[in-house]
Amino acid sequence: MGRTLIQKIISKHGGGECAGGDVVWMDIDNRSARDFAGANVVGNLEKYGGDSPIADPEKTFFTFDCNVPANTIPYATNQHRIRLYAREQHLKVWDVNAGIGSHVVIEEGLAKPGTTTIGTDSHLNIMGAVGAFGQGMGDVDTAFAFKSGKIWFQVPESVKVTLKGMPAPGTEAKDVALAMLREFGSHTLLGKSVEVQGEWLDQAELSDCITFASLGTELGAIIILLPPNQKVLDAFSMKREEAVYADDDAVYEKEYTLDITGLTPLLAAPPNPHNVHAVSEYADTKVDGVFIGSCTNGSYADMAYAAKLLKGRKVADGVMLKVVPATRTTWMRLLHEGLLADLFDAGAIVSNAGCGGCASGQIGMTGSGEVQISTSNRNFTGKQGKGDTYLAGIGTAAASAVLGRIASVNELEEV
Amino acid sequence: MASLKIQGRLWVLQRNGELISDIDTDMIFHNQYLAITDIAKMGQYAFDNLEGFKDFAKLAKPGDIVLAGDNFGSGSSRQQAVDCFTSLGVKAVIARSYGAIYKRNAINSAFPVITMPDAKASDFSHLETVVLDMEKGLLRDRKVEPMSGVQKDIFFAGGLFQYAETLKK
Ligand code: SF4
Repeated sequence: MGRTLIQKIISKHGGGECAGGDVVWMDIDNRSARDFAGANVVGNLEKYGGDSPIADPEKTFFTFDCNVPANTIPYATNQHRIRLYAREQHLKVWDVNAGIGSHVVIEEGLAKPGTTTIGTDSHLNIMGAVGAFGQGMGDVDTAFAFKSGKIWFQVPESVKVTLKGMPAPGTEAKDVALAMLREFGSHTLLGKSVEVQGEWLDQAELSDCITFASLGTELGAIIILLPPNQKVLDAFSMKREEAVYADDDAVYEKEYTLDITGLTPLLAAPPNPHNVHAVSEYADTKVDGVFIGSCTNGSYADMAYAAKLLKGRKVADGVMLKVVPATRTTWMRLLHEGLLADLFDAGAIVSNAGCGGCASGQIGMTGSGEVQISTSNRNFTGKQGKGDTYLAGIGTAAASAVLGRIASVNELEEV
Repeated sequence: MASLKIQGRLWVLQRNGELISDIDTDMIFHNQYLAITDIAKMGQYAFDNLEGFKDFAKLAKPGDIVLAGDNFGSGSSRQQAVDCFTSLGVKAVIARSYGAIYKRNAINSAFPVITMPDAKASDFSHLETVVLDMEKGLLRDRKVEPMSGVQKDIFFAGGLFQYAETLKK
């Protein structure tokens, strides 16, 4: 009987001929902890780790991305506790200058197609973007992975979603992800491994795949797994035979089709990511702030697109535009290629690489009544401040910044 | 040595003849006691926020087994909601389903949580003495899901980190 992508990845990592529902031990290629909960991982290792707390230092590391550089004393203290531990155990730390851990791990080629990564970031299932396994875990499980190189895992049931057709011009990966949230809400795919395919994904850029897979957490899925297309394979200099794909006759618990033909830009209005509507329905809403960044939309291609849209234009009076590239490498490219100047001249505030507006208000929070468009993935009250956060793609964010009201990218072209 | 076959009194957590579902971690171990870190002191607060079973901690005896409905242990990730049972000597929880984090926490600390997808309150009498066979997957004469291999590995090692030690030998 044919096997699904997640079953094949888990089998390749010591999980045997596993089926959905089986509980298995699996080997983890990349074991990571971020500054959030990382200090607890260290605490667990000190308490239970014994004389040899780390299975393989080469595969074990910390990534600081939540609060970078730390602006609260508890974060600063925790980060330093991690640094000292990492020095002692010879573990790599991607420190406060590096950017969002999940993106760093992809950029470094560690999370490549077919691999396994776990850590304390609940969006680590973003690795599904490259046909790899990733999963956020608690501090006990993460410490155990540091110590043993393994985790135990209940193999999820696999479902398949086929995206039919191509979206309209000016519609981007975020909009397609929002279309998934509109269709499936937070329950339909709960606990599933969701393999997605279709014409649109066959030609998607790596950054599109990352954006799309990053909303798996909001869908309640264990992971959104995308079979690597040629562009993704090229990004890792891999051949098709080296990646893992589902068998042609793989058996899925359920199969769905979502028609995205002619899809136009969407947004998720407060109070949750499933409250998805057409951007045009909110066209009269005045905007006070715009955040461009996060693990969902902080890649180089996203930033370059924002710069292209903003070049020669100005952010509307009274609107704050905050831009946070996901990684230092992206930041550096923007700098050297002059795109930073385009953003800056348009009026953007550009901050150092990291989670930015998404975590602990690294580039400010919103106040009560403030309307913000954000390219991140969560708009629950309090996550990015007390204001009303609308989730949208880069085009909608940039157009709204320039026009001072919620607008889609096609309206920008008329200005 | 830990055993996969145990015998004890069965607490049937029921209301109006139905097993209680959605017993969250605040009902199991209320957040007002979260500062407690000594397992020995946790038992006295078990279920003290679960309507109808507030005197559980006083009446429970070592060896007791708990039976509940769906989504047992939903809510926060607090480990105390598992440890309070160990503290009282409760030997296992059986439920139709579990909150995902609760199940991980319990398995990781070698506390048996057993799934019984079709559990019904009417199949058992409250506090009857039953045999639970976690190897064969039997509660008295009714089917439950047997422990998985992983769960057994951790159970016999006495916890997740203790299991890691056995890997090195
Ligand atoms: S950008 Fe936001 S969602 Fe993504 S990893 Fe950082 S804090 Fe989490």
